[in-house]
Amino acid sequence: MYNTKVRGVLVEGNKSYADITRDIIEPIESKVPDWWKYAFIISIGALLFGVWASYITISEGIGTWGLNNSVAWGWGIINFVWWIGIGHAGTAFSIFLLIVRQKWRTSINRAAEAMTVFAVLCAGLFPLIHMGRIWMAFYIMPYPNTRGPIWVNFNSPLFWDVVAISTYLMASAVFWYVGMIPDFATIRDKTASKIRKAIYGFLSFGWVGSARGWLRFEALAMILGGLTAPLVISVHSIVAMDFATSVMPGWHTTVFPPYFVIGAIFSGFSMVLTLMIIIRTVYKYQSYVTDSHINAIAKILVFISLIMGTAYSTEIFIAWYSGSEYEYYTFFNNRISGDYTIAFYGMIICNAIIPQLFWFKKIRKNIILVFIISLFVNLGMWFERYVIVVTSLSKDYLPSNWSTYTPTVVEIGVYVGTLGLFICGVLLFLKFIPMIAIHEVKGILKPTSNGRYHKK
Amino acid sequence: MKKYWRSIEELEEDSTIEKSPEREFPTEVTAGGNMDLPGTTTTRRDFLKMLGFGIGFVTFAASCENPINKAIPYLIKPETIIPGNANYYASTFFDGNDYCSIVVKTREGHPIKIEGNELCSITSGGTNARVQASVLSLYDSFRIKNPLKSRLESTWEEVDGDIVAKLDEIAGKGEKIVILSSSVISPSTQSIFTDFIRKYPTTEVIYYDSISASGMIEANQQNFGQPFLPSYRFDKARLIVSFGADFLGNWLSPVEYTKQYSKTRKISKANPVMSRHIQFESTLTLTGSNADYRIPVNPSQEAGTILNLYNGIAQKAGKATINAPASTINMDSLVDELWASKGRSLVVSGSNDVNIQLVVNDLNHMLGNYGKTLDINKPAYTKQGIDSQMEHLVERMGKGEVGALLMYNVNPAYDYQNSGAFSESLSKTQLSISFSETLNETAKLATYVCPDCHYLESWNDSQPKKGVYSLTQPVINKLFNTRQAQESLMIWSATGNRADTGEPTSETVAKEDAYYTYIKDYWRSVLFPKQEKYILFSEFWDNALQAGVFTVDQAVDTFNLNNSQDVAGYTRVSLDACVSQLEPPEAGERDIEFTLYESIGLGDGRQANNPWLQELPDPVSKVCWDNYLAVSKTFADKNRLKLGDIVIVNDLFELPVLIQAGQADNTVSIALGYGRSSAGKVADGLGQNAFRLVQTKGTRLYSGHNINLVPTGVNYIFALTQTHHTLHGRNHVHTALLKDYKENPSSGNEAHLLAEEKKQSLYGEREFKGHHWALAIDLNLCTGCSACVIACQAENNVAVIGRDEVRKKRIMHWIRIDRYYAEKAEDPEVFFQPVMCQQCDNAPCENVCPVEATQNSKEGLNDMIYNRCIGTRYCMNNCPYRVRRFNWFEYANNDKFDYNMNSTLGKMVLNPDVVVRSRGVAEKCSFCIQRIQEKKLGAKLENRELKDGEIKPACLQSCPANAIVFGDRNMQDSEISKAFANERNYFLLEEVNTQPSVGYLTKIRNTESNKHET
Repeated sequence: MYNTKVRGVLVEGNKSYADITRDIIEPIESKVPDWWKYAFIISIGALLFGVWASYITISEGIGTWGLNNSVAWGWGIINFVWWIGIGHAGTAFSIFLLIVRQKWRTSINRAAEAMTVFAVLCAGLFPLIHMGRIWMAFYIMPYPNTRGPIWVNFNSPLFWDVVAISTYLMASAVFWYVGMIPDFATIRDKTASKIRKAIYGFLSFGWVGSARGWLRFEALAMILGGLTAPLVISVHSIVAMDFATSVMPGWHTTVFPPYFVIGAIFSGFSMVLTLMIIIRTVYKYQSYVTDSHINAIAKILVFISLIMGTAYSTEIFIAWYSGSEYEYYTFFNNRISGDYTIAFYGMIICNAIIPQLFWFKKIRKNIILVFIISLFVNLGMWFERYVIVVTSLSKDYLPSNWSTYTPTVVEIGVYVGTLGLFICGVLLFLKFIPMIAIHEVKGILKPTSNGRYHKK
Repeated sequence: MKKYWRSIEELEEDSTIEKSPEREFPTEVTAGGNMDLPGTTTTRRDFLKMLGFGIGFVTFAASCENPINKAIPYLIKPETIIPGNANYYASTFFDGNDYCSIVVKTREGHPIKIEGNELCSITSGGTNARVQASVLSLYDSFRIKNPLKSRLESTWEEVDGDIVAKLDEIAGKGEKIVILSSSVISPSTQSIFTDFIRKYPTTEVIYYDSISASGMIEANQQNFGQPFLPSYRFDKARLIVSFGADFLGNWLSPVEYTKQYSKTRKISKANPVMSRHIQFESTLTLTGSNADYRIPVNPSQEAGTILNLYNGIAQKAGKATINAPASTINMDSLVDELWASKGRSLVVSGSNDVNIQLVVNDLNHMLGNYGKTLDINKPAYTKQGIDSQMEHLVERMGKGEVGALLMYNVNPAYDYQNSGAFSESLSKTQLSISFSETLNETAKLATYVCPDCHYLESWNDSQPKKGVYSLTQPVINKLFNTRQAQESLMIWSATGNRADTGEPTSETVAKEDAYYTYIKDYWRSVLFPKQEKYILFSEFWDNALQAGVFTVDQAVDTFNLNNSQDVAGYTRVSLDACVSQLEPPEAGERDIEFTLYESIGLGDGRQANNPWLQELPDPVSKVCWDNYLAVSKTFADKNRLKLGDIVIVNDLFELPVLIQAGQADNTVSIALGYGRSSAGKVADGLGQNAFRLVQTKGTRLYSGHNINLVPTGVNYIFALTQTHHTLHGRNHVHTALLKDYKENPSSGNEAHLLAEEKKQSLYGEREFKGHHWALAIDLNLCTGCSACVIACQAENNVAVIGRDEVRKKRIMHWIRIDRYYAEKAEDPEVFFQPVMCQQCDNAPCENVCPVEATQNSKEGLNDMIYNRCIGTRYCMNNCPYRVRRFNWFEYANNDKFDYNMNSTLGKMVLNPDVVVRSRGVAEKCSFCIQRIQEKKLGAKLENRELKDGEIKPACLQSCPANAIVFGDRNMQDSEISKAFANERNYFLLEEVNTQPSVGYLTKIRNTESNKHET
């Protein structure tokens, strides 16, 4: 039993190496359970709804959304930022904790990274679909072309977005995949099915588990981690720049980049929590994802929640302190009071107040409560993006152009579609990929006591 | 002979090479190369031939599906038409309601834009929204394409034969023939009427105006012995008192009056004087919005107020006072002021009540305004209808006393107060003929419809005022098988050639252009002798046609502004009789009163099927596509009504409620011109017909009482383009009082001075070598009339999106008029602020575009590259002025937006210099860059410098108030440089450091602390 001085026991239940392999490969080897089938059908349904909505959007125009001349960005961008935020979990989890050598990450990082990849995929769809002329989307790529000297605008944060997100998606996908190679090899070696043997054999790139292989593997993980870590910061900083570089009251805010990155990690961690609680319950992985893991994440959340609260207060303070009547109006008359109070107070309560419950150990230990709170944080983070995008645009400088915004079914459809895509992706991940990094968990199983880790 | 050889083989006799040239390329090689394919005789060459043919044919067949663009070259190229260059023709717009002298811009033979004619002494280059939009009505698919007989398509021969036979029969029996026409200002047309009467002596001409000025005409008849409308000289008036006359929006000749009015509102440091304008009215009109003082009064109170004012002035003048009801409004200071401005004031009333107009006439007379601000020697002819005649006609028709009714440019089945009675009595006539261009409510009832040409296809002349003549000339061939009404009348009365002129006219010309010849002859015989400038008629005619206008000099001479004597011929009418006829405002619990008014877009509803006008937001209420019941806030609160609540009005129709700031309490107001049932696919079913509420009391009254409202509990959503009506304490409209301006010209503009002082940047300022375009708007001159909005729409192919899309706040107009209310909702101050792209030198939209689809030009313009745009809408979000528009859908060639861009006919109005934007791209004002380029190139071709004021963006060109200045900031002494150096100049949102190129000049209000109020 691995026992760190700070964390205590990380893998419970006197597991041996063989137990770990068996436990984790079990869902891949066995038939899918009924709940998986139903969930899959539902998620495919949601996905199809999204496909329909996207088809309508692309074939008829952005007019099928609820946007208008003043509020030209709506659910599309809200959901883009929301998914990007969620997409920070995996990388933040694996990479930051890898770099600071936090061993407790091992049972969670695989799922978190998978979540990242799917969330970033979902996020990436929005900037495309919300484009007026998606068929011209390639204009945004800087490459020598025959269209004259026209080049992309390096001043535009939207262009940085394209670069940052595509880099981030690639880097996190590679990091995720590389981490899975030894586990694929494990499945290859364990499985009785010829088909699986062939597929996983191919996916494992001929991994033999030699000492040299492990050495290079570890080095590559560190290098990729080191390369990807700045991306975690840059991606959401750049998304924040989309707003911060503008002149709109409520957007033109220097605190945005750190505030967005922290917010992203906040939403990512809460999504990890949501997902891991489901996984450990359904697949009975309480031995790997222990209560102490949940406890640790909850503690991180309460800390980030304080930062979020500080960021919110800073914004409001600066809105008053700056003396700008427009800023003042946006914050005090269009958020704290006015048409959008539900979203504003929803954001404050879900993000800054409810997570404070995690100060109490009893609540951190109550898995159901932790689960509910994690859902609140996800909701709160959605509200935050709604508040930022919509309230600032709806009532900006000239009162003559103030207007309100309500989404249409098409817009909601696109969002539901990405939820479907995400859940679909997660379900496939649960079925076909070891959801806990077998080799990493085995790596922390090294004895520090008399515990037995090999089967007799 | 020497033998020349090309190869050794040739030299050698026994070579295998073939000698004959046909054999040079052997053909016997088959498809299989050297090996013959069994069972086929196809050679390789044949195979290649078939292959070639096959591919060629398939390619050809496939390419048949490609769209075919019709580009037909001229067989004989007209001398004046150069493809790509516009031609301009002077013409005249008169639809029976608005008069405007215009210049029509045509491209490749079709008219695409109406501009104001600066040579006209009446409208001086101004236009209004309806005139601007009239070009689109030409391309209305609802126009009748052939003559109709009993609503079935027929031929002119058949229709003519029938009609002449019936007319002969009716005239032969001595029965009445009536030509029912809107006011005719064309001398030639009137002459044709005379000819017609000569042929059919039982004919009578009756003028009927949907918006009648009968009250004024009859009052003048009593005072001066002549039925006429005087010329108003708002430009000479220092104090304007208007009782419900919306003279800047609709009243009589709004373009003319706006021109005049703006002259008195133009203010400068050197000449810090401006007129003072006081408006008493029930609903907030455009004119009331511009008044220095506006006092909301009920229609019944309005009469009392006039009487009280009369008594005040009469006391000063030492004349007898009249019996006036007690008024809550203290008129003392107004009386003093009016008396002090004797001869420099003007009192006008929009009422159509003879009695009120008699009092107003006497007021103006006591104030010595006749001969100064009112010119009776230069009567206006734009309204001639006497309401009692029309009433009498309907009566006679009902009795079957009218044999034939010829209806020219009238639509009484829609706009007559008792349209039911009219329609019923129409069926009792033996012959009813309509000359309507479209199958409107009246034309539907007529036995014969002889469709008139659109005015842009027609010849005509007009005399809007005594001594002022203008010509209408066709700028396009007839689109349909239509014929001018005048020509029809000529044919029926067999006056194809004017015999009395003695001029030999070619048979063919007469046949083709009968009316043209007629006008020309008329001008030759009547107008040509009145001038001395030209010796030859052809020269006179060509010049008149080119200028579009002709002014008879003597007429000007008879008008003497310095004549301070009483106008001869003024007969005072005893006003006691008038007063007794005026309905006194009821004491105690009054019933609900109403007023009817023309909307800025639709006027009396003639052009209701014009989508541009339907989508023009009302400048005051900002509602498009509907009329509504305007109520005051107090009234709404009392009756628990809120915006959009549908109420049943007098069991006649349902209308949604709009809470209008400045609306007189207990009075509701409804716009006319809506509720058309047969105007075309755009207009049908929009709003309700308020003409049904028009009252008759000798004249048609557009106000009254006894309104009964029943709420339905249903709420309606308006297509509003502005939903927040106040500035929320923000400083977007800088304003100052006149007295403060006199002391300090930059009064009210302190924020600008502060911004200038605080302006600093880490970055160097951009320098503009060459041109630096800029535009300035004088908020003191802008009346909000919205002519620029339609002018811009026509010039820049701005799409119409329909009511539902406007509801979603997606209107496409590149220039909008922001309207703000200040102070109390019962009696607000109103500010208009036109906002278009500000062409920022430090534009927030530019640096956020990821694909550089919007860039700053070397000349300070914010250029938009449509085909580069991918539609991220980031620019729209980052524009603090919210002037960017997005193509949410494909607005052209889309059946969901079946307006002018969905048919070949409608698309003829498009400006070929401006691209029609596709779905998914952002667009905005370009300062009419196509016009800038055109003039720049013109100057370059002529090898000269551009002149200041040469370039006129569409908004500037159309502006009747001359509120807009455009030019090059880098040019010394240009108008724009002067405007920017003006102490009143400021920039919108300059604190954001966008460095806009659009300046605004502060609004000055001629008000002081002494309010003319209770």
